[in-house]
Amino acid sequence: MSKVTRKSGPDSAATKTSIPLVMCLYVAGQAPNSQLAITNLAAICSEFLHGRFTLEIVDVLETPLRALADGIVVTPSLTKNEPAPTARIVGNLSDKKSVLHALGIA
Amino acid sequence: MSKKPAATAPRHPAKAATGILGFDALSHGGLTAHRTTLLLGGPGTGKTIFALQTLVNAARERDEGGIFVAFEEPVVQIMDDAAGFAWRLPTLAKKQLFFFEARLSPADVQSGEFDLSGMLAMLEAKRIAMQARWIVFDGIDVLLNLLQNPAAEMREMYRIRAWLADNGLNAVLTAKSVDGLAADVNQGFLQFMTDCVIQLSRRLEHGVSLHRLQIKKYRGSDFMAGEYPIAFGPDGMEVAAPEPTEIHHPASTERVSAGFERLDAQLGGGLFRGSSTLVTGVPGTCKTTLAGKFAEAACLRGERTLFVSFDEGAEPILRNLSSVGIDLRRHVASGLLRIYSGRTESIGAEDLMLKIKALVHEHQPRCMVIDPLSALAKAGALNAARAVANRLIYLIKGEGITVMITALNEGDDPRAETTELQISTVADTWIHLSYLIHGGERNRALTIIKSRGTWHSNQVRELILSDAGPTLADVYTAGGEVLMGTLRWEKEDQEKTNTAQRGAEYELERSELRVATARTRDRIAALQQELVRQDADLASISSANDARLVASDGHEAELRRIRSADRPAPSARGATSKPATKRPPGNGVRTPSSKAK
Repeated sequence: MSKVTRKSGPDSAATKTSIPLVMCLYVAGQAPNSQLAITNLAAICSEFLHGRFTLEIVDVLETPLRALADGIVVTPSLTKNEPAPTARIVGNLSDKKSVLHALGIA
Repeated sequence: MSKKPAATAPRHPAKAATGILGFDALSHGGLTAHRTTLLLGGPGTGKTIFALQTLVNAARERDEGGIFVAFEEPVVQIMDDAAGFAWRLPTLAKKQLFFFEARLSPADVQSGEFDLSGMLAMLEAKRIAMQARWIVFDGIDVLLNLLQNPAAEMREMYRIRAWLADNGLNAVLTAKSVDGLAADVNQGFLQFMTDCVIQLSRRLEHGVSLHRLQIKKYRGSDFMAGEYPIAFGPDGMEVAAPEPTEIHHPASTERVSAGFERLDAQLGGGLFRGSSTLVTGVPGTCKTTLAGKFAEAACLRGERTLFVSFDEGAEPILRNLSSVGIDLRRHVASGLLRIYSGRTESIGAEDLMLKIKALVHEHQPRCMVIDPLSALAKAGALNAARAVANRLIYLIKGEGITVMITALNEGDDPRAETTELQISTVADTWIHLSYLIHGGERNRALTIIKSRGTWHSNQVRELILSDAGPTLADVYTAGGEVLMGTLRWEKEDQEKTNTAQRGAEYELERSELRVATARTRDRIAALQQELVRQDADLASISSANDARLVASDGHEAELRRIRSADRPAPSARGATSKPATKRPPGNGVRTPSSKAK
């Protein structure tokens, strides 16, 4: 199980909400789309979230049954678990605009 | 040496049976084991049912686990749809079957490309966990379309193919297609990457939707390449694979009643057990009554009987038959008789066939009635109906059931039937009912057109209905015409009158003759009396004559004395009787000489 958690403390005016985002990114090992998704999400986080988020990265190849239980279909998939409403974004997150919209950031 | 068998006998790849009736026969054993099969077809052609049924059968019959990956429909909906079949899917889904909801919900946001590497990893984990042998990717085209990129589609298909090969599962992919044409390049690839391609189709013929199945390709195996009708029954899909070409039904010599005595007599003792009888006729010729009588006779023998009606509901049938003295109600109540009434307007012939099949297995009848089988022709195209009719008869005969089938024909000519379902060739006995219109009456006539393996009467009989049931009456032929109904009755009546008249005439003649003989006898008696009287007369005349002669002798002597004649000598005196003796004897006629004196 590869679980990477990144957390940042300082508040930012760029975030619309005061509740930190809780996200989970499901990837498939070193698959290109999965690697691309990690890179893209990291860029979004540093640009817009300024540390006010929780991200868990789940490698489906290592914990497939967990991903199954979470209802994941394809990789990469990003889920926004908090705050409501929840959302699911599939793909390598290369379309920044739609990601921000789905996360409720922009 | 080891080369030889390989050269002579083509080797079939190992097969995994689908358990779908008919399909395993078509494909010579099922799908290729550990390989991939592609099911192509338009919406609602039965792709999902085929795939799911295969999983269900493998789980139920061989305890093989299976994974169902649903790309198109929600799993809940699939379960709901399958609830109509006797699969007990929820029970199976607890252990042997796993349903994977692989749909992206409409709420999902897509941002950039994705792939299936994660999904396949999950499925592999599941396969190992549940030791699955089967996998179905249902609606894989839906998933591929989401990739929105031909290159990505191709890449993912390669991924799936490699994954399937690694996992060695019996795999079924389903994808939509239109009329078997690969909708795009990737479907061409789908066909290429799979070992067996099955096309399912559905089309509307005469307002009835007909489902068909065709195996388009089967690597390393021969198969029946035709397009075969499919139907959906309680156990799921069934393919109408052609029957084995060789027919071997047991041939019984046991006779069973065709319904009533006179008909049995016409048939040379009844129907053979396990034979099929076709009753044809125009509307109102008592086909159902005849069939009902047959069913009643079977029930009275204590045999389980199935009455399939496509005309009427069970209640009207029971009522109508009871009006002609056929009481089936008590047999229904005792469970001996099962009446099934079905409508045929919008159901395919194949589905009806399945229904009847299910009923046969459920009720286990020894005798059966289908009234009328010609209703099948209504249910869909004639060709399909014909095939179904034939298969149905073979099915019933295969079960050893004695069956009476009625068929409506439009004209009065029994041969008109041959243009309809063409079942007359399959039937062992063919009874034709018709109307003969003569003398302002319409009467029912029964003819036995054929009866295989038994003597049967070639004479037309009149079928008469009474409240005691149907019976047959001899018909009169007069001047080459068959007389029935009133004419027959008149003829019978006339015969009766004639007989009575002849009796009376005889009596009259007899008494006249008696009188005549009596009269003759009287005359004889009178004549005899006359004779006696005449004899008596004669006797009396003779004695009178003698007396007169004696008297005349004395008179002569007196005369002589008076006239002083010579006294005859005493000797002459003694000879006084001499003249009397000289007279001709017995005639009493006086001699002229003596008279003159």
